[in-house]
Amino acid sequence: MNVEAIRDRLARPFGPWVVNQDLAAIDPWIEVRGEGLSEIARYLLDEPDLAFNVLHCITGVDYFQPDAKKAAQVDWQPHVELIYHLSSTVHRHRLVLKVRLPRWKDDRPNALPEVPSVSGVWSAAEWHEREVFDLMGVRFFGHHDLRRILCPEDWVGHPLRKDYEMPTEYHGIRAR
Amino acid sequence: MLTERMNPDDPELVEFDVRTDEMLINMGPQHPSTHGVLRLVLRTDGEVVTEVTPHIGYLHRCAEKIGENLTARQFLPYTDRLDYLAAMNMNLGWSLAVEKLLGVRVSDKTRHLRVIIAELGRIANHLVAAGCYGLDLGSFTPYMWCFREREKIVNLFEEVCGARLTYSYITPGGVTADLPTGWLDRCDAFLKQFEPVIPTLHALLTDNAIFIERTAGVGVLPAAMAFDYGVTGPNLRACGVDWDLRRDGEPLYTEMYDGYTWRIIAPIDGRYPDDHPYPSIPREAIVGDSWHRYFVRMLEVVQSIDLIRQGMAKYSQAAGEVDKPIEVKRKLPKGEAYLETEAPKGQMGFMLIGDGSPVPWRVRLRSSSFCNLSVIGEICRGVLIADIPSICGSLDIVLGEIDR
Repeated sequence: MNVEAIRDRLARPFGPWVVNQDLAAIDPWIEVRGEGLSEIARYLLDEPDLAFNVLHCITGVDYFQPDAKKAAQVDWQPHVELIYHLSSTVHRHRLVLKVRLPRWKDDRPNALPEVPSVSGVWSAAEWHEREVFDLMGVRFFGHHDLRRILCPEDWVGHPLRKDYEMPTEYHGIRAR
Repeated sequence: MLTERMNPDDPELVEFDVRTDEMLINMGPQHPSTHGVLRLVLRTDGEVVTEVTPHIGYLHRCAEKIGENLTARQFLPYTDRLDYLAAMNMNLGWSLAVEKLLGVRVSDKTRHLRVIIAELGRIANHLVAAGCYGLDLGSFTPYMWCFREREKIVNLFEEVCGARLTYSYITPGGVTADLPTGWLDRCDAFLKQFEPVIPTLHALLTDNAIFIERTAGVGVLPAAMAFDYGVTGPNLRACGVDWDLRRDGEPLYTEMYDGYTWRIIAPIDGRYPDDHPYPSIPREAIVGDSWHRYFVRMLEVVQSIDLIRQGMAKYSQAAGEVDKPIEVKRKLPKGEAYLETEAPKGQMGFMLIGDGSPVPWRVRLRSSSFCNLSVIGEICRGVLIADIPSICGSLDIVLGEIDR
């Protein structure tokens, strides 16, 4: 099934949640609303003609330009984007699913944006969501063990955010 | 261990079964059988492991953040340091992802050269995997013999690019230099010499009674669980799944192997596809166990030799020059490109998002070992402590790639 057919297939039951797409991109993608993510994920896995049984990767991208001069030239509003790469070994098709989140929940600085976890659908998401939480600062509700995975437990901040500032020292170790 | 029939509070029970308390055992981060700085916390009941909690991140270097500050060409040496045992294959994955974003295609001569190099890298990786696996299980000789053979591949790589571990040879757009004169003959001589060595490696491990005892039926991974956790590469094929990105991947990657004849190595219906003179499957082995994971790698070594031979013939017939790398400050178009390749340890994915400047807005590394390791908590439940090194080693992980 190509991405256009999958988009139509999803739009029937989840019309209002399928909000955007780019079918001409190098990897065509479909954007869905965060609140519908776990239902859509379950549907993508369970429907026999979709059968997306492999979750390859979850990527968080921070769209924020700290440089005010450059920020005036970009064509997007600041936001965080999650990209899910899925594929089906049964039907040999691929899908790129996107979810757009605010950088901070309710625009309160340091309140992490939230999205439903898909770890109940694909177990591979358990570690990927921990990694995105750790490095990008996105909270996955419904994840049973959401803690840092690559950085130490007491690390402050989320290093892949574009406005992240490297600490000057960590437990007496000079970091800069 | 107490069986369900017994009442643990029965005073008579103490006579023949001592009650044991739950114990937490810390394994690693400095432990020879964890293949790097991996820490496993084992919850044990006597000799039986009830829960395994892996702790990773000791080698974290924030490679993705580094990628946001360098151009696509400049990031190449950092890919060497992901899976440093198969650096050529990491170079290839990154190069193809960059080429996908740029829309660049390489010449036939370049692609055959890349096949030769990538398959040599696969042999080198599988030799380390098999040798270290023997070491994990208490046998030292396979380690020395495998490293002796790997050394010859490393020498060939050194001739090609000057480096012995971090090659940066396959680059976006092409390769840094063509093969030196006479290299193909030396490569061919190596293959001729190496082929008869493989049965001796099999004699040391594959049908060794102790090795079978330690690996057959241990750490069985069902195919459904492998898909669920995103387990890929030889670990997935050992579950009896006919899946290899060299055939099933994106066209940009599979066209590299156009014209090559080969079959995917996986135990289907209880047997491996090719008729080969190598040991038969022991009766104790179950599809998806440690023994099959090891055996798939050993057969892939033979297959890679065949692919290299085909590659050398095609390379010498191909006309023209090999392609040169792209410029260091080549601008990346706006857009996103994600590509997975069949690296020796599994499907390694690279993604980059371009914003019109030479420096990517975002770089993403999907590590195969990261996903392969994430299943360890499931398959290590209820095994003996002595089986942990056996399972951990059979997954063939490398921490440089997991921690990135």
